[in-house]
Amino acid sequence: MIDIENVSKTYRTPQGDVAALRDVSLHVRSGEIFGAIGRSGSGKTTLIRCINRLETIDQGRIRVGGEEITSMAEAELRRKRRKIGMIFQHFHLLRNDTVRQNVALPLRHSTLGRRERADKVHELLDVVGLGDRASAYPSQLSGGQRQRVAIARALANDPEILLCDEATSALDPETTVSILALLRDVNRSLGLTILLITHEMSVVKDICDRVAVLHAGEVAEVGTTADVFARPRHEATQQFSRSLFDDDGATAALETPLVEGIAASGGFVARLLFVGEEANAATISRLSRSYGVDLSVVYGTVRVLHGVLVGCLYVAFDGPPDRLAAAADDLRARGVGLDVVAGTHPRRAVA
Amino acid sequence: MDWIEQWLPNAVRYWPRIVTSLIETLQMVGIALAFVVPLGVLLGILLLVVAPGHLYENRLLDAIVPRVVNLMRSIPFVIMIAVIIPFTRLVAGTAVGVPGAVVPIIVALVPFVARQVELALADVDRGVIDMALSLGFSRPYVIGRVLLKEGRSGIVRALVLSSISLVGYTAMAGVVGGGGIGDLAIRYGYARFMPDITLISLILLLVIVFALQGAGNLVLRRTSH
Repeated sequence: MIDIENVSKTYRTPQGDVAALRDVSLHVRSGEIFGAIGRSGSGKTTLIRCINRLETIDQGRIRVGGEEITSMAEAELRRKRRKIGMIFQHFHLLRNDTVRQNVALPLRHSTLGRRERADKVHELLDVVGLGDRASAYPSQLSGGQRQRVAIARALANDPEILLCDEATSALDPETTVSILALLRDVNRSLGLTILLITHEMSVVKDICDRVAVLHAGEVAEVGTTADVFARPRHEATQQFSRSLFDDDGATAALETPLVEGIAASGGFVARLLFVGEEANAATISRLSRSYGVDLSVVYGTVRVLHGVLVGCLYVAFDGPPDRLAAAADDLRARGVGLDVVAGTHPRRAVA
Repeated sequence: MDWIEQWLPNAVRYWPRIVTSLIETLQMVGIALAFVVPLGVLLGILLLVVAPGHLYENRLLDAIVPRVVNLMRSIPFVIMIAVIIPFTRLVAGTAVGVPGAVVPIIVALVPFVARQVELALADVDRGVIDMALSLGFSRPYVIGRVLLKEGRSGIVRALVLSSISLVGYTAMAGVVGGGGIGDLAIRYGYARFMPDITLISLILLLVIVFALQGAGNLVLRRTSH
């Protein structure tokens, strides 16, 4: 639905050039919720603003629904933008307009008659659960309600895709959950393709079918949400993955004398990430038996990444270096994510 | 009613002159506003949208227009009246009387209003403009439907402030025979030692200012949420 091919964009500032996007290629499939996650400065905001050409690009091309945005004439672009809904971190509702007027705003070029427009607005407000607030002004609404109005407005022209620019970043955790649920609802009921950008793991982990991790203007990794964060390869992804699994318990578990002793005596402690079926303790005991190493589970948590169970175990590895390395290789070969958090890295046995 | 004659002898004697002056002032305020409001708002919009990164980003205009506006604002009004006399003749056909006074008032006030309007519109969140563009609106429609409507309370405030300055400008219009209350106060109240005329002039000017302020507040109350 959205094809981003080799897109580059550089901002020229008095302090020098800043590369916001470097040769970015992504493909968002029809009907999916695709998340682009990155820290500030990763280029995610630029990326989403390029899709409807609020921002122009230097190189590459972007197609939405097969139509190339990059080379469109202005009149054609305006027509195309009506099929690309967008919501923003700060909602951007018109303060001097009622909820009803805000939602009706995009219908200026619609072929609907007056009566049909009123019905459409009512319908949209029902979808977002604000049917009774049509005559209110934005200042009379809470943050979550304002974002709901913005969503209704973005849906008014029956768009093909919805762009969400940090749509929940200004909301509290509970409101975030309810807005994400609403986005998933419209994604399913309308078959709407959603591209969202965020810096929060909590946003992508629940609703994104696939994610791309952006780092310094480049795509660090892309794949299904569970795969990307259960088997993080890039440093940026590892940080996001850690933020998902590390909690107070993990920190405390790593500070016990047992763990510190193993780490000091040539062993190591690793965070193992198991996806779905792999997540069972048998793996640990099998490994212990076949390589003759001592494995002790010091801490464990389970997270759900877009419906997939991902188990996280902190395991202390103790034994001869060669065997430890072999055991680590065995795990990696089975596709278990392994990230050493304390002690010596297991060096592969010299062949 | 003897006390009126006792305390305001000249005002009673010259009351037709006072009425004429009031009418002249109201004429100058009315005609000037009819031009200053649209011209000032348009110039204010222009100042804003040619800035870098804005709807009609234009380096040349962004370099020229703000400088011209600043230059015009720094010319004292009395000097402005004299300097633009040829222009006034060209436009109004005369450089004296109410028409001769209205032209410099407009020329002096438009840049003033434009700056205020620009400031008011700059307060409108840029994200709202992005939002409107993302809906596929043309730039003129974004200005009319979104920018002006979102910035209207700021614009009303700017216009009230400017119209109060306008009343002050009309008081100086006597220099070119524009007449009006200010002229009355100088020629009768001051030059001919008629303090009661000065007092009446002051009261009338204050009433006009308060009326403008009141009208502005009424509009603000009705339009802000």
